[in-house]
Amino acid sequence: MSLLEVKDLTVTYRASTSAASPEKRGSAGAGDVPAVRGVSFTLDAGQKLGLAGESGCGKSTMALALLRLLPKTAHLTGEIRFDGEDLLTMSWGRLRAVRWAGASIVFQGAMHSLNAVQRIGAQIGEPIRLHSPKVGDAEIRRRVGELLEHVGLPARRADAYPHELSGGQRQRVMIAMALACDPQLIVADEPTTALDVMIQAQILTLIESLVAEQGISLLMISHDLSVLADTCDRLAIMYAGRIVEEGPAATVFGAARHPYGQALAAAFPRIGDPASRRRLQGLAGDPPDPADLPAGCSFHPRCAVRLGHCDLVDPSLWPTAGREVPDDGESHKGKGNRPAGDGTRAACVRVLPDDGLSLVEKESA
Amino acid sequence: MADSALPTAPVPQLAQSVRDRSGVRRRFRYYGEKLGGSLVSLFAVILTSFFLFRIIPGDPVRTMTHGRPVSIEQQEQLRREFGLDRPLAEQFWSYLTGVLRLDFGDSFQFNRPVTELIGDRLWPTVLLVGTSVLVSAALGLWLGVRCAWNHGSLGDRVNTGVALTLWSVPSFWLGLILIVIFASELGWFPTSGMESTGVEGWERIPDLAHHMVLPLVTLVAVVYAQYLMIMRSSLLDEMGSDYIVTARAKGLRDVIVRRRHAVPNALLPTVTLIFVNLGFVVFGAVLVETIFSWPGLGQLFYSGLSVPDLPLVQGLFILFSAAVILMNLIADLLYPVLDPRVRP
Repeated sequence: MSLLEVKDLTVTYRASTSAASPEKRGSAGAGDVPAVRGVSFTLDAGQKLGLAGESGCGKSTMALALLRLLPKTAHLTGEIRFDGEDLLTMSWGRLRAVRWAGASIVFQGAMHSLNAVQRIGAQIGEPIRLHSPKVGDAEIRRRVGELLEHVGLPARRADAYPHELSGGQRQRVMIAMALACDPQLIVADEPTTALDVMIQAQILTLIESLVAEQGISLLMISHDLSVLADTCDRLAIMYAGRIVEEGPAATVFGAARHPYGQALAAAFPRIGDPASRRRLQGLAGDPPDPADLPAGCSFHPRCAVRLGHCDLVDPSLWPTAGREVPDDGESHKGKGNRPAGDGTRAACVRVLPDDGLSLVEKESA
Repeated sequence: MADSALPTAPVPQLAQSVRDRSGVRRRFRYYGEKLGGSLVSLFAVILTSFFLFRIIPGDPVRTMTHGRPVSIEQQEQLRREFGLDRPLAEQFWSYLTGVLRLDFGDSFQFNRPVTELIGDRLWPTVLLVGTSVLVSAALGLWLGVRCAWNHGSLGDRVNTGVALTLWSVPSFWLGLILIVIFASELGWFPTSGMESTGVEGWERIPDLAHHMVLPLVTLVAVVYAQYLMIMRSSLLDEMGSDYIVTARAKGLRDVIVRRRHAVPNALLPTVTLIFVNLGFVVFGAVLVETIFSWPGLGQLFYSGLSVPDLPLVQGLFILFSAAVILMNLIADLLYPVLDPRVRP
């Protein structure tokens, strides 16, 4: 069984809290902003999944949605099965028990993710005290020291305040904190974004070795596809609140099938391939406003290889390995999320043998 | 300390002790600077106090003999007694040496040493205004936390609305209205004073509390909005912070996230405000004390100013300023204890 199974997750920001009244729930009202629109993926125990995309594509919203940490204005539907239990329907008490002890988060920019007026030792020890109330003070202190040494900081730094540490050290503290309760899953939300390149590499190596050592699953979120390709087993690329391509890291980074995946991969130099530096390309335009998405495929206004009917059809993820086109989404879902071939799926009409023209007929029918 | 993937080597003992020593020196310097700054301010106040009240219009001798037939000779004699006939420089010198001995001279109008007068009036003011600062701070901070945590709710809107309305009301007007309604019309509370005559022993405490209700309510009502608004806005700032999401992600209950993480951070800006207001405690509330005939320093200052009773207003002015300076100094010294980021 997968450790984490997300099925058709949507996150909609309500324009106002009053609009979220029970009778209106479920129906899309005016002024609602869909930030995540039907995302499904699975993560096995010990697996590392990378989630990439531009800012504003919904990837951080999704990270917070996993533990239901979004503000009240966010409305969630779908299923988030963690270790068999649906996080979206479980009670707050049970959810609080799963938070950190089951799945912990390494946040972006550890400057602000740590409490400035508490010693880091107290902050690392806090979840231990909370989730294992029987553990004594001395034991917590010992464990905090161990965690700090584990992430390459001397144990006596437990008495330091966040402002006394460098950015890299703070991110190490954040990682130590995430490991405090031996979670099964760590969600790393842009863990290296605020750091310089040297420190970035150190932190990534550290995260990689720690999760590998302890068999922890990792969901790493970043805008930097090359970082993810380096660290993760599988990659998913998000655009406008949806996963548009998903597959083994090397395939997605090296031979993306979705034009957005290709553009994202082309925006970063490949490590160990100096020639790729000269081929760097940006992508013109901005991601669409989630409140006002284009018709059809939401990427078509920026797409360099769009076809005439791209503004009519909005394909979901299809296997790319030259398989027959399924009649509709249902028959594909029945076959499970991991199709044959190299397991890469993309949401683009070009992946389909007939360029998705049959879908156009279905739309107009 | 360098960032490296390997555990960092322990800092050699020598380097550690050097760092400690420079840390101690820095700390001494910080406290020395704060203390020195306060002393300089206090000295400036002592200088200002002498000249300020000699600039304001009014002749003490003429005011005090007002309405009575007094000969020029008698006026001259009074002037001599008060020392007003001597050259300004000489007056200043005796004032200065007096202040350094904590002797502010004798009041013109009460014919008693200023220190004695202040001693008599200090306690009622500290009781009334001190209580009002504590009550309004506690009330304002408590409401501020609740408003921020449920911001946008009906309770939030009503609370901030009421607080801001009261904040814009003049204290003397509110005091008069309260007297009219609750003292004159309903007769629930005494109109003025601090004690009833003929009440002895333990009975004096409820009697005192009874007299204190209206002036206390007036003082609290016009001031607590300050605490509410500052607490509300700084807590709102903190609530949007990432470390609050971290705290919630850890599985902490909302109440604990608020109490352990959000409020300690949000409290920092309000500490300064509380201490600045505590500094004004001895200054009393000139208007409120006058309206309720509360026998405090504010009322004493008012009667001193109308003469002008120079030794009295000089003494009070120095006392008020010294209290503000002292409280600011305490806030300066306390802040590093609360916020590790500004620790010297």
